[in-house]
Amino acid sequence: MELIINGDTLEIPEHVQTVSELLSYFQLDNKIAIVEVNLNIIHKQDYETKTLSNGDKVEIVHFVGGG
Amino acid sequence: MLKIGPYEFHSRLLLGTGKYPNFDIQREAVEVSETEILTFAVRRMNIYEPNQPNFLEKLDLKKYKLLPNTAGAKTAEEAVRIAKLAKASGLCDMIKVEVIGCSKTLLPDPVETLKATEFLLEEGFIVLPYTSDDVVLARRLQELGCHAIMPGASPIGSGQGIINPLNLSLIIEQATVPVIVDAGIGSPKDATIAMELGADGILLNTAVASAKDPVKMAKAMKLAIEAGRLGYEAGRIPIKRYATASSPMEGMSIV
Repeated sequence: MELIINGDTLEIPEHVQTVSELLSYFQLDNKIAIVEVNLNIIHKQDYETKTLSNGDKVEIVHFVGGG
Repeated sequence: MLKIGPYEFHSRLLLGTGKYPNFDIQREAVEVSETEILTFAVRRMNIYEPNQPNFLEKLDLKKYKLLPNTAGAKTAEEAVRIAKLAKASGLCDMIKVEVIGCSKTLLPDPVETLKATEFLLEEGFIVLPYTSDDVVLARRLQELGCHAIMPGASPIGSGQGIINPLNLSLIIEQATVPVIVDAGIGSPKDATIAMELGADGILLNTAVASAKDPVKMAKAMKLAIEAGRLGYEAGRIPIKRYATASSPMEGMSIV
């Protein structure tokens, strides 16, 4: 499936179906990250049930240094 | 005690986390500053390098309250989106509203700042808007119910210090919520001046992070803020045109 993640169009293997699996695929499971799919924030408790579809726009953000 | 919404803090220094030479220096600077509030920005993660270190992961999050900012937002809508992303981390409910209206001066857009503040208050955030040092705008933000007002001393990262002490003192005088001077602080002296004017706290980043010795400067800022606050509470003497002797005039046999 094709996803647009943080602005990049990426081909993701078919076995990646949920937000939780997507984070594992990029080895981000243990990171403090926040996920948005098509402008909707996905809360942590929904990572395992929220499925992704071809063409979804995914944002994976985190906290960086700032003033 | 500095009270912001439901939270109480011993320290009146809010410290930014950007631009430090490295994490070790940053960690030490944060420690000696004795700050209890750290600001962060929200940005896209580099998903291709999952092992990149992140300062937040090195912190004992029980010791600090996080104050994410909405830096990067140019409209109220963008600021609200960033604020909601930050809150979804489950790590914080405070937000520094920062909506920039001018890329050269990085001065805030007052109209968008007001709009974002109003919306985020309705959503239940603890809202600390970064604003220009406009007296009426500060009052309008306060009337909305924001939890602190954060007027800039001078443009972000400029180190110009307090360029309008009159406006700042008028904002402080009318304030019913804490006034935290945010942006433009260059030296410990600037922080002391703001605190002597009656500010409740100082938010700074570049002045420490980009100092020759950030750790030493973090300590200097801590002391400067404490000195300024004590001076404000103690009440300074009025300025007189002529001298008044400190030693008694009586009992001087030689005159």
